[in-house]
Parts: sequence; C-alpha cells; structure tokens
Amino acid sequence: MKFLKITIVLILSFLFVQPLFGQKDLLQSLIDESESHVQKVTATFKGTRIINGHSVELRGEGNLDFMISHRFGALNSGGYNLFGLDNAHIRIGLEYAIWDRLTVGIGRNSFQKAYDGFLKGKLLEQQTGEGNFPFSMTVFSGLSYETLKRPDLELNFVRRLAYVQQLLIARKVSEKLSVQLTPSFVHRNLVPSGTDKNDMAVLGIGSRFKLSKRTSLNFEYFYRIDPDPTDVNHNLIAFGVDIETGGHVFQLHLTNAQSMTETSFLTETTGDFWAGDIFFGFNISRAFQLKK
Amino acid sequence: MKTVLVLLFFFGGIAQTLSQSFRVESSTISFFSQAPLEDIKAETDQSVGVFNADTGDMAFVIMIADFQFPRSLMQEHFNENFMESSKFPRATFEGKLGDFTRENGVQQTVNVSGIMTIHGVANQMKIPGRIRFDGKKIQMDAVFPIELADHEIEIPTLLFKKIAETVEVTVHMILKTD
Repeated sequence: MKFLKITIVLILSFLFVQPLFGQKDLLQSLIDESESHVQKVTATFKGTRIINGHSVELRGEGNLDFMISHRFGALNSGGYNLFGLDNAHIRIGLEYAIWDRLTVGIGRNSFQKAYDGFLKGKLLEQQTGEGNFPFSMTVFSGLSYETLKRPDLELNFVRRLAYVQQLLIARKVSEKLSVQLTPSFVHRNLVPSGTDKNDMAVLGIGSRFKLSKRTSLNFEYFYRIDPDPTDVNHNLIAFGVDIETGGHVFQLHLTNAQSMTETSFLTETTGDFWAGDIFFGFNISRAFQLKK
Repeated sequence: MKTVLVLLFFFGGIAQTLSQSFRVESSTISFFSQAPLEDIKAETDQSVGVFNADTGDMAFVIMIADFQFPRSLMQEHFNENFMESSKFPRATFEGKLGDFTRENGVQQTVNVSGIMTIHGVANQMKIPGRIRFDGKKIQMDAVFPIELADHEIEIPTLLFKKIAETVEVTVHMILKTD
C-alpha cells in the first residue's frame, strides 16, 4: 500500500512540474522570431544623384533638398584660364518629397539658360528577410525648357522643349558596393542638324563604392544607343567622390559634360574625356525637413 | 486515500501558478539625446518580449530600424552611420527581476539586472523600474541612461555638439498572459 502511494505521488509530481525556461532559450526564441522581419535595404546611395544622373534614392516625406551644382571649364584650356576654373556653369534646384515615394523637382541651368523639372517615383524597394527582393526601382520623368536667345534660329515654345524618361534600377550588392542601371529615353523637339535624331535611347550604368561610413567613390557612364553616324557628341563619363556630413552631401567629380540636365547631358555631351575635355565640378545638397 | 486527495489538490494548485508566462502586448520605447545644438528624440512601438512571473526572468528584442525620427534623413543616418543596423539589426535585453511580489493592483519599485546588447556589444546593467500586476496583465516602466561609448557607438568630432554621449531611454510596456 505504501509503495502504491509513493508511486502515485511520484507520477503526479512529474505530470505537474513545468519544464523551466532557461534565460538563454527565452532570448533565442525571440531572436528567431525577429529573423523573419521584412528588412528594407536603405541607403543604396548617399544622395539623390550618382554624379550627373539621378540615383534610385528619394528623400522621406516632407524633405526639401536644395541643390547647387557647378561645372567648370575644360582642364585642357590651359593655365591662363586656371585650367577651367575661370569658367563655370551652374545649376540651382529645389526638390521636394511630397510622399516617401514621390519627389518633385525644379531647377535652372546657366548652360543654355534651361529650366528643368521632374517627377521621381519609387516603384520597388530592395528587401531582405521575409520579403526578399533583389533590387530597387525608381521611375524618372523630366522635361527641360531652353530660354537662350538664338537670333539665328526660329524658336517657339514647342521647339525649346525636350523630354526624358528614365528607369533607375539599382542593387545594394554589399555594404560597400551599389550598382545602378539607367535605361533612358530622350526626345528633343529641336535637334542641331537634319541628320540628328529627335529620339534617342541611352543606357546608363552607375556605381558607388563606399570608402568609409561617410565617403564614397562614384562612377557613371551613359552609352547612347545607335546615334546618327554624323553625331559629333560623346557618351557621358564621370568619376567622383561623395562626402556626407549630417544634412549635406558634397560631391566632387570630373566629367566630360557641362550640362547638368538630363535632356542635354545624355545626348549633347561635347567633351572628349580622353582628349582632356574634362570639367571639374561639384554638387552640394542640403536637406531641410519641412514637415514630418 | 485522504493523503492521495491532499496530494492531488497540492499538485493541482502548483500546476496553475506555474503557467505564468507573459508576452508583450504593447510597448513604447523611446530615447532622448540632449546636446547644445540639437535635441534628438526617437520612438518605437514594435518590440517583442517575454516575462516569466514565477522566476522573474525576462527577455526583450527590438529592431533598430523600427525607431521613428521626426526627420527622415536623421533616421537614415542613425541606421547607416551610427547603429550600423545592417550589421546589428536588433537590440536585446535578457535579465532577471529582483525582489518582487505577485500582489495585484500595487505599483512596486524594483530592480532588474541583466545584459543589454546594443550595436553588438553586451553590457551588464542594473535598471531601476516600476512594475504592476493586474491579473492577466502586467505594466512595466523604466527610465535609464545608456552610454553610447559602452556600446562602441561612435560620434565623429564634427557632430559632438549635436549628439550627446549619454542618452536617456524610456520604456513603457504592457504584457499579458493567456
């Protein structure tokens, strides 16, 4: 009888005693849970421009970016011209993020005295974790309006306009390396000569390599697809350095384009980079948060 | 026979009190940095956590990218430059509640000691706080400082007037059990 009682007590005690949770198990199970979190890949590029062209990045809603860009004269214009520093073209622009996924921008270039405007919309975002997606994609639509007085030409409103559409596709390959492909399409209402094409497709490639937390090396090349054989222009090429400090991004670069607006630099880049038609330039952007 | 019945009731009683595992139902975790040129405040309401009301063991996990800032660029720099959240996506705390009682409706001042891991660096901490049991729910509150240097979070000299060396963290949580 005593034996039976002891057995019943022992069985009951095993049934009712809960397995104790060790502290390590508690934390590990929570970490495993958080692994499946969707993680958006951020900061593919430090700013909204790779060098001349746009990057996939958009600013957060309510952010206003003030942009100043300079392109000096040609390095091969000699010491007399201080290797181009005497000559400068400038673009000033304002870009406002209406929503996280939509930015509107306007600008004015001293080159050809052209006004430009654009809309930039984020379509897809690169993600890791549960929502694994390999690249980010942004669409860019812009136009430009040249106001330079040309007494030799018969110009009207329509002839001064040009349009550009771009698809920006980028992937943050690693913490240090990001790559972007930029298929573009430019339509110019007025072209320099009868043989030049009004419509031109251009394929751009850009990349950035991070040197430190706040600096990077950038590269850009835009290849014009099938330009007219008599077209004297060149493909745009640029090399640059980015320095980011708090609310500013400073970009210093060497490029063969003097224009800072897409409709112009994609199709009408006159500089032959390897012959020394190199223009030193910089972009400075300053971010202001207008509303959250 | 009597002995068996007594024992049955005894073990039955224990079974009830042993299943006391509480999970975070809602939470607000924020931090505040005060510096001469700028005040920074960020908040997250996404956290997961478990508390064992019998042993006092607890563990919490928050994702760094969930912190919301009033300025989106500040949020991006916080993640990319300071917290390096692609390398260290979460902050964790595992600890044990010091002396406490299971009395309902009474707010108790308690101490939690445990390990806080931020930016991949773990530190032993003792955190004072308040806890209140309300049947199936528990309310936890704490305010404590975190030294950025303790977790190897670097502030570049250029920005020292904008970011404080010590930030004040405020935690408010409601946990519940089934």
